[in-house]
Amino acid sequence: MTTKRISTELFEKLVSLAALELTAEESAYLFEEMNHQLTSVEALSKIPLPEGTQPSLHGLDCLGSAPRLDEWQPFPNPKVIIALAPETENDMIVVPDVKGAK
Amino acid sequence: MNLTQLSAFETAQKIRSGEVKAIEIVQSALAQIKKVDGVSGSLEPGLLSPEEEKKVHAFIQLTEDLAIRQAEKVDWMIANGEEPGLLAGVPLSVKDIFCVEGTNTTAASKIIANFVPPYTATAVERLTAAGALVLGKVNLDEFTFGSSNESSAFQPATNNPWQTEYVPGGSSGGSAASVAAQEVALSLGTDTGGSIRQPAAFCGVVGMKPSYGRVSRLGLIAFASSLDCPGPVARDVRDAALMLQVMAGNDPKDSTSSTKPVDNYLAALEQDVKGLRIGLSPDYEALYYPDMESGELYSQPIQKEVHDAVLQAAEWLAKAGAEIIENVPLPNTRYGIPTYFVISRVEAASNLHRFDGVKYGYRTPEDVGDLIELYRRSRAEGFGLEPKLRILMGMYVSAAEHASAYYQKALKVRSMIRNDFDQVFDPHGEHQLDALLTPTTATTAFKRKAVYGNSVLMQYSDQMTVTSNHAGVPALTLPGGLDENGLPIGIQLIGNDFREDMILRIGNAYEQITADEAWRKVRPQVLQGEVIA
Repeated sequence: MTTKRISTELFEKLVSLAALELTAEESAYLFEEMNHQLTSVEALSKIPLPEGTQPSLHGLDCLGSAPRLDEWQPFPNPKVIIALAPETENDMIVVPDVKGAK
Repeated sequence: MNLTQLSAFETAQKIRSGEVKAIEIVQSALAQIKKVDGVSGSLEPGLLSPEEEKKVHAFIQLTEDLAIRQAEKVDWMIANGEEPGLLAGVPLSVKDIFCVEGTNTTAASKIIANFVPPYTATAVERLTAAGALVLGKVNLDEFTFGSSNESSAFQPATNNPWQTEYVPGGSSGGSAASVAAQEVALSLGTDTGGSIRQPAAFCGVVGMKPSYGRVSRLGLIAFASSLDCPGPVARDVRDAALMLQVMAGNDPKDSTSSTKPVDNYLAALEQDVKGLRIGLSPDYEALYYPDMESGELYSQPIQKEVHDAVLQAAEWLAKAGAEIIENVPLPNTRYGIPTYFVISRVEAASNLHRFDGVKYGYRTPEDVGDLIELYRRSRAEGFGLEPKLRILMGMYVSAAEHASAYYQKALKVRSMIRNDFDQVFDPHGEHQLDALLTPTTATTAFKRKAVYGNSVLMQYSDQMTVTSNHAGVPALTLPGGLDENGLPIGIQLIGNDFREDMILRIGNAYEQITADEAWRKVRPQVLQGEVIA
């Protein structure tokens, strides 16, 4: 039995925000596993940080290329990209309406 | 001559000399795949026969036509006196997380099972430009999320060629298994928390996570963008060096790829280990696992045979002239997994938002009411359990109300992990190491279904590897013996920033020292009965 670190209500809110839908079985499993993982993560709260410790977004600060100029470059065959979309019409991607939109 | 037993280096030599044609290499590789691989991973696998249960199942997709076209080009270049490249005629598999134009690139997920990318990943382009032949795309955990290959939506998942009831590790399990089973000489994998090194260790092959930024990530479907590293899987260190030599270097299309000049890795192999300082750390002798009630970490010794293999390697390297430095402290190693649970999930959740059933990939066939429902249904039906778990976890720990306790804290602990490595590699510090020698994994391979489903325990199989990803430093796994069940043991060398040359040099020396050991003669189960050339 794991200590519950998030509530079922919060879990359901997360599912909605993540644009997911879960079956009852999936929901039970993922809720349990998420609590397990949060228990592991709890170890972080017990670590004393030396004063002035800065966050690292990358472990290694490698010097990459300078950002490219923000200039439009044509892709040689855009139809190939459009063709990947599940539904298209006249080279446009088709999606259902947004609820309430006119 | 059995061409599938040749190393990549030997293959390229024979192709260049005209002794063997590249098309013969393709034919022999396809024959080996047919013999040992069995049915390819599929979204609708059906029941497996007992015979199929004993196959490797490394491949999701064979790219026979592509390999033949590439082989014909290499043979034409040789016939016309042109330079075919360092990897001329070398058979290669590609983890199915890399875009290869004109081939399905699935990430082992239903949600992009039908995705055919309009361009090729830089790493793959460089390998094929050097003459490598792409035999196919190999299986992985869905979106690379796992350490056993079992989470792939494409079943059957890959088996361990040494004993097929065991997992090959993951997520680059198809890569490691395809190399171990001699289906290919090289495979391109990715390593975010140990995803090249853990399966390479489980399958008894060599695997390397280069420094972050050494190999371009362009065309790699992202898991955790600050941790992901493409790297080589090979049967020996020289082949890994050769493959890295071809792939490494700046790519203007990846702003995180380093502009630092690439060292000559093959030349580094010529040097011995005399005078090198190699560290052993007590912080790599135990697994630190959380109590599920309190969250307190308790330690558990690693498998004794794995520990012994590391000590034996240290003894051999010392005899060859290296100086072994004991009791090197890396005290934050134990926090590698909790930190990874936060950072990798936040980045995964962010990267997975792009899969929405609109631009490419799977879209629900249901008649949905609006766009939001389209997103939800498509993602619900397209993603497996592991991506869903990572999205939820990542969103939770990065939410505004929790970010300070989790995400910001994890980024600071990452700095402490980085500082551990800075201290031990500092040329003016107390230890002045050239490399660390550690286990690659706490245990040898586990049986199928033994861990799958327990997401925390599964993640802890990366404890010995994940700190290199947090710190960005390079690391190399090498076969280090067999356990009492005949399963491979992996030992790991960790180097300072961009010192791939150093760990390859030490790894090569270790291979030479152990060349006549009895365990080097033992073959994976799927190769038994084959005559060694």
